[in-house]
Amino acid sequence: MTYTLWIILTGSLVGLTCGVTGSLLVLRKMSMIADAISHTVLLGIVGAFFVSQSLNGLPMLIGAGVVGILTAFFVESLHSSGVQSDAAIGVVFTSLFALGVVLISFIGDQVHLDTKHALMGEITFVPWNTLQINGVNYGPIAVWMLGIVLILNLFLIWIFYKEIKISTFDPQYAKLIGVPVVFVHYLLMTMVSLSTVASFDSVGAILVVAMLIVPGATAYLLTDRFFPLLLLSGGIGILSALIGYGFAAYWNVSVSGSMASASGVLFLFAFLFSPKHGVIVRKIKNKQYAS
Amino acid sequence: MDFNLFSSANFQWVFFGSLLLGFANGVIGSFVLLKKQSLISDAMAHAALPGVCLMFIIFEIKSIPLFLIGATITSLIATHFIQSIVKHSRIKTDAAIGIIISVFFGFGIVLLTYIQQNSSGNQAGLDSFIFGQAASLVRSDVQLITIGSLILVIVTTLFFKEFKISIFDPQFARGIGLPVSFFNGLLLALVVGAVVIGIQMVGVVLIAALLITPPLAAKYWTEKLGMMALLAGIFGAISGVSGAVLSSVINDLPTGPMIVLCASVIFFFSLLFGSKKGMAVKVVRQL
Amino acid sequence: MIALSVNNLTVTYDKQPALENVSFAVPEGSLTGIIGPNGAGKSTLIKSILQLLPTLSGSVEVFDEPYKKQKKIIGYVPQRSEVDWDFPTNALDVVLMGRYRHIGWFKRANKKEIEWGKTCLAKVGMADYANRQISQLSGGQQQRVFLARALAQDARIYFMDEPFAGVDAATEKAIIQLMKDWKSEGKTVLVVHHDLQTVEDYFDHVLLLNKTPIQYGETQKVFTLSNLERAYGGKIAFLDKSPVVPQGAE
Repeated sequence: MTYTLWIILTGSLVGLTCGVTGSLLVLRKMSMIADAISHTVLLGIVGAFFVSQSLNGLPMLIGAGVVGILTAFFVESLHSSGVQSDAAIGVVFTSLFALGVVLISFIGDQVHLDTKHALMGEITFVPWNTLQINGVNYGPIAVWMLGIVLILNLFLIWIFYKEIKISTFDPQYAKLIGVPVVFVHYLLMTMVSLSTVASFDSVGAILVVAMLIVPGATAYLLTDRFFPLLLLSGGIGILSALIGYGFAAYWNVSVSGSMASASGVLFLFAFLFSPKHGVIVRKIKNKQYAS
Repeated sequence: MDFNLFSSANFQWVFFGSLLLGFANGVIGSFVLLKKQSLISDAMAHAALPGVCLMFIIFEIKSIPLFLIGATITSLIATHFIQSIVKHSRIKTDAAIGIIISVFFGFGIVLLTYIQQNSSGNQAGLDSFIFGQAASLVRSDVQLITIGSLILVIVTTLFFKEFKISIFDPQFARGIGLPVSFFNGLLLALVVGAVVIGIQMVGVVLIAALLITPPLAAKYWTEKLGMMALLAGIFGAISGVSGAVLSSVINDLPTGPMIVLCASVIFFFSLLFGSKKGMAVKVVRQL
Repeated sequence: MIALSVNNLTVTYDKQPALENVSFAVPEGSLTGIIGPNGAGKSTLIKSILQLLPTLSGSVEVFDEPYKKQKKIIGYVPQRSEVDWDFPTNALDVVLMGRYRHIGWFKRANKKEIEWGKTCLAKVGMADYANRQISQLSGGQQQRVFLARALAQDARIYFMDEPFAGVDAATEKAIIQLMKDWKSEGKTVLVVHHDLQTVEDYFDHVLLLNKTPIQYGETQKVFTLSNLERAYGGKIAFLDKSPVVPQGAE
């Protein structure tokens, strides 16, 4: 496969993985938790580096998973102790993110991990960083990680489909009929953490938020059904990645930034022109009613 | 370590600048916290990045006042977008904030890389708007921060009780003839001001923490708004100074994250030992 | 037989007592209205019985077993305002949520379950709305979807939280019919209720509550002016049927 195709595949996998997982968070009104986790995952990656002295896939995934769950746990604890939820999220993620950034400065030049990378990723380097076993080249590590996380997430959504659905729609009722809502909550938090860390190399810790939230929110404006929403969200994620990459390649600018911007443009289109919920479409309908 | 640091004139400016900046953010943040707009302020901060970059692309000079104007414009656009998304669609506030934060910041990064590709070397320092860099500040920058912070503190103090009533009970405030929307707008302007003058030192990514964390820490020590704002100001000032000093003394430490870490330490200490709601107090009471 | 017995239930909310020492025992097959002024803790009571809220002390027994062991036979109709009706799903889907415990982990609803869901929707007069998105239903229709969901659960004890709040006549009828059906099937129903005028028509038992139970028992015995005055602190005015409490009786 050529260099460009690898990048496009990576970007699409980011869009698909984050889009599907993130749409669940939009429905649960936990977008800002996704924002928080995507920031704090940096600390997990840095921590995994200090422990394992490398930037390999597995320690990173574990570190990110742990810190992601801790983030959700800290936010939850502060909130239940009486801190309003937005402030609880704000204080937890800025603290852990700041710690991550400061710790990065201590890593120095030993490995390719700096604050800039943490912010916007380096999707253009992804094709060079390949998985080599016994001298055989199995393709970019990022693609493997994204693929594994995507399959894992889809599998989890598939087996816990109705539990996720009911605990999102009506958590109290879910609890009443014996659905372990806390388990589902942390399951999703883990899925978000894993998606973030798998996307980290490509789009960085902050811009992954765009891939997590924006496709889901866009799909939410386009459909009223649960399963189509998941599919659509993944599709919009891929589309954002493709448009973003095309734009970035043409203007020679940040790929991840362009992907975020592209997702924003798609959202704006849905916001204005969605057949059911678009602002302009509704205005026209209202006028027809009036006349 | 440079021991002459503390006597250098530039350092004294940085010292006072970070002190006042932290203080102003803490005080204003107290109101932001009460209005439950902590995360909206984060969105405003992230949205400042494209504003700064656009100004540089248009005017092709590095001028702090111009950057501030650009940042103000895009921050205000961002808040406006959040409000209209929530108002005109079924998207809830948290998702709207998340969308605006990530898309505006992403666009800012696009512009930043565009500048790095296409401008002729004069872009030095724009990077520091992301995480802040006290070391890169020249005297005029710090003077601007100092004077700006001072103005913010004075305005907040002048209208303290008006802010208080229009946040706590806007209906009543309207009833007694206060222009509540004016004060809402003024508070918004103060937040934009705090964010914008702070981004050079703290950076767009973390400046909101300076608005969120000190007031939250102060809440563990007092239940009175006046005292809370004052304490938040003091906590902010301590964080600002210690973060700025630490990052100048130790090489390569980014200023913003250091300031935020100091604030986080204060918060953590308050969470444990705060005299009103601290965990230690709660444990003692239960015994 | 006693269907539900609540013993010394105490619930605090931000250090303020929300419910204090609530004890009562509901006979099987009864229709109980839970009545009291605003802030009396009516919804709190239901939620703490269902263990959706943490309780400070007390116990709940269902058919002489601890609540935990009997969860399967409990049905619940929450207040409509407690969920987000913009959620992307349709009416039948919501009704099938009532079957999730029966369906079990990892499995999907089979044809039989779907048929049962449709039957339940038909029972509340919503057969034609099975595939309608819930955001496009009226308030009363949404309430009926919740009723159908509870019906689908096939429980032995039902809890309803203000089912009559803000619904249309058709829905009100459907709720009353459902309560009658349940009663004739020997099921036990507890309803948080607001409208004092209809209490005598709807319920054979009444729990008068104001943070602590004022009285529990058969409607004729409990639903008296003096008891109501004790529960409502004298600030009560019946509109037509019952004697009017003089203004300024406080």
